[in-house]
Amino acid sequence: MNEESRSAIRRDAAGIAAYAAAFGASFGAVSVASGLSVWQTMVLSLVMFSGASQFALVGVIGAGGAGLAAVPTALLLGVRNAFYGVPLTRILGRRSLTGPRRLATAHLVIDETTAMAVGREGRAAQRYAFWATGVLLFLLWNAGTLAGALGGSAIGEPETLGLDAMIPAAFLALLWPRLRTTEGRWVAAGGALVATALIPLVPAGVPVLAAAPIAVVAGLLPRRDQEAAR
Amino acid sequence: MTGVWIAVIVASVGCYALKLAGVSLPSSILERDDVQRVATLLPVAMLAGLVAVELFDSGGSLGLDLRLLAGVAAGVVALLLRQSFLVVIVVAAAVTALLRALT
Repeated sequence: MNEESRSAIRRDAAGIAAYAAAFGASFGAVSVASGLSVWQTMVLSLVMFSGASQFALVGVIGAGGAGLAAVPTALLLGVRNAFYGVPLTRILGRRSLTGPRRLATAHLVIDETTAMAVGREGRAAQRYAFWATGVLLFLLWNAGTLAGALGGSAIGEPETLGLDAMIPAAFLALLWPRLRTTEGRWVAAGGALVATALIPLVPAGVPVLAAAPIAVVAGLLPRRDQEAAR
Repeated sequence: MTGVWIAVIVASVGCYALKLAGVSLPSSILERDDVQRVATLLPVAMLAGLVAVELFDSGGSLGLDLRLLAGVAAGVVALLLRQSFLVVIVVAAAVTALLRALT
């Protein structure tokens, strides 16, 4: 991996971290407005460190849910990180995943780091993308959360700034290289279709999980064309 | 107050345990060819599902904010024009914000 691709990865990681800071700030503000203390808000960003689960937890508590009632939704949204561990284990290799290093690595397994890593060509670039994104995002997400939790209502609505459009746009951009193959396009279309169809039918978190079997089926199908081509 | 602390701690530890479980599979499973093929496609299917949910989920029912969709579509145009990641997400946010300010 040359310095050019390294700096390209750093630029992308900084872009993700910048929007994470803005979202972290809105999470901090929402969390305090939902009745959590600044400390509780910070424990969520530091330990849970998974945006969708965090917003879901404070959402249920803010809507008047008893504390523990908020837990299942947050966990359900966190299950997809377990799935991401499978491709990431291959990418990161044994060295990142032995002893205490595995504990630190696991903490950074989220949507953004997975998307950044799998979108790169070559193991070295993939690993660099995972670590650069994970570390920058962790720092800025927590800095943003603290600012939002302390600043509270001074932070504007993320919707006014169009920040909510950044999430789908960012993941599309990160997936883009993987959509060059016919197989990638079919799998992505299948995942999107299944998830969309399930939105009104199942609890939050399940639609994204339900996209996983598409990958399983596609991965297990015999691939005569490609093997013949080899 | 303590109820909230319990929820915060249980859910945080639970979410971390899920991440840890994912990176703790034995290599005998991970090195199988079929597992490797599935693992390569898994993020593609799930992140595409995530994009769909971000676009079409309005609080547990199907819904669509056309201004959001237009912003993301503008981001896709930027992608097709081979713009950088930063340009893509800024274009998507700017177009959505502009349409929201106007309508």
